Amino acid sequence: MYAQMVETGLKQVKSLDEMGAEERAFQQKIDAEIKIEAKNWMPDAYRKTLIRQISQHAHSEVVGMLPEGNWVTRAPTFKRKLQLMAKIQDEAGHGLYLYSAMETLGADRDEEIDKLHTGKAKYSSIFNYPTLNWADMGAVGWLVDGAAIVNQVVLQRTSYGPYSRAMIRICKEESFHQRQGYEILLHMMRHGNEAQKEMVQDAINRLWWPSLMMFGPSDADSPNSAQSMAWKIKRHTNDELRQRFIDQTVPQLELLGCTAPDPDLKWNEERGHYDFGEINWQEFYDVLKGYGPCNRERVEARRNAIEDGAWVREAAVAHANKKKQRSAA
Amino acid sequence: MSQWTLFEVFVRSKHGLNHKHVGSVHAADDQMAIENARDLYTRRNEGVSIWVVPSSAITATATDEKEPLFDPSDDKVYRHASFYELPDEVGHM
Ligand SMILES: [Fe+2]
Ligand SMILES: [Fe+2]
Repeated sequence: MYAQMVETGLKQVKSLDEMGAEERAFQQKIDAEIKIEAKNWMPDAYRKTLIRQISQHAHSEVVGMLPEGNWVTRAPTFKRKLQLMAKIQDEAGHGLYLYSAMETLGADRDEEIDKLHTGKAKYSSIFNYPTLNWADMGAVGWLVDGAAIVNQVVLQRTSYGPYSRAMIRICKEESFHQRQGYEILLHMMRHGNEAQKEMVQDAINRLWWPSLMMFGPSDADSPNSAQSMAWKIKRHTNDELRQRFIDQTVPQLELLGCTAPDPDLKWNEERGHYDFGEINWQEFYDVLKGYGPCNRERVEARRNAIEDGAWVREAAVAHANKKKQRSAA
Repeated sequence: MSQWTLFEVFVRSKHGLNHKHVGSVHAADDQMAIENARDLYTRRNEGVSIWVVPSSAITATATDEKEPLFDPSDDKVYRHASFYELPDEVGHM
């Protein structure tokens, strides 16, 4: 989801009998819910897949600051500005927790960030949509962070120890994000004028489908799922999590007094779940490939941030070296 | 390659408790490591004290040493209070 499509590089999941002794011991630990730690033996493909997954997740947290950053100077009140800045700062923190977890696997943070800037690494498709009005800040917190929570809550039980601990830390902070978002929308719906209420519905209309796309392709089109599930770096399928998100979100939507832009959305008594319409997968793949409304702008903003800040990092190193020399003299 | 040093971060969450490992940060020097750790790991009153240590300064047990190092403590049940059975009349001890 924040990592929507992660290659494992493997065609088929091996059975325990097909594994060598080391790999079998590794898989048995995972089967027994024993965490894998940085220094433990692990198959190369597990390490590489995790580096891809965690870096995609980290890049998403970092790029995810940009659509909200757009509204810091335009927040309607000082209170909302402070709340928004606190949330954005948390997202920066989430990126850093995850980069640290990734580094325990032997990856280098700067190299992985470079892959983001050269288009070799992905981040969540959701952050390639623009945030056009203030209600978008509410809809992002409620829907985007809400979808992220559904995914991240289950990832707290992921098999890799450092990743799991980063997820636990992140989940503690996420519910503030979702609640502040929902409160923005609720306030506009209960106390706003007609134009403000329309703004809320407009934000939901634009962000509803992209939020559902956050869970990644449908199970039928997720060839890497089986291996990721066997390794427990994924704990539920994309469609299961998407359904869970829809089921918990629709009552909140109704409480707002708004609707979803999906004529097929309705409760199915027999299934005990909401039915919903077909996702526009072409749009999903286009955005993932770089052709969304803001892909170029997002990567450019990240690249500029790193390049424009280079002199500060170099100065900090020069200062540290000078201090070291002085104290040695 | 990252030009900054990797530091491990330990936070004392409350007076009277041990410092506990919480994660890591990159920084140009010790002071910046403390500042980065404060911003990253104590945004919601999570700590009253922070230690930072360059990751390269940590010596750890190797995973393949687990058995030779820790197994010997496995069979010393007499090190635990529950090993000693005393009559009820003794009361709590
Ligand atoms: Fe986050
Ligand atoms: Fe968040």
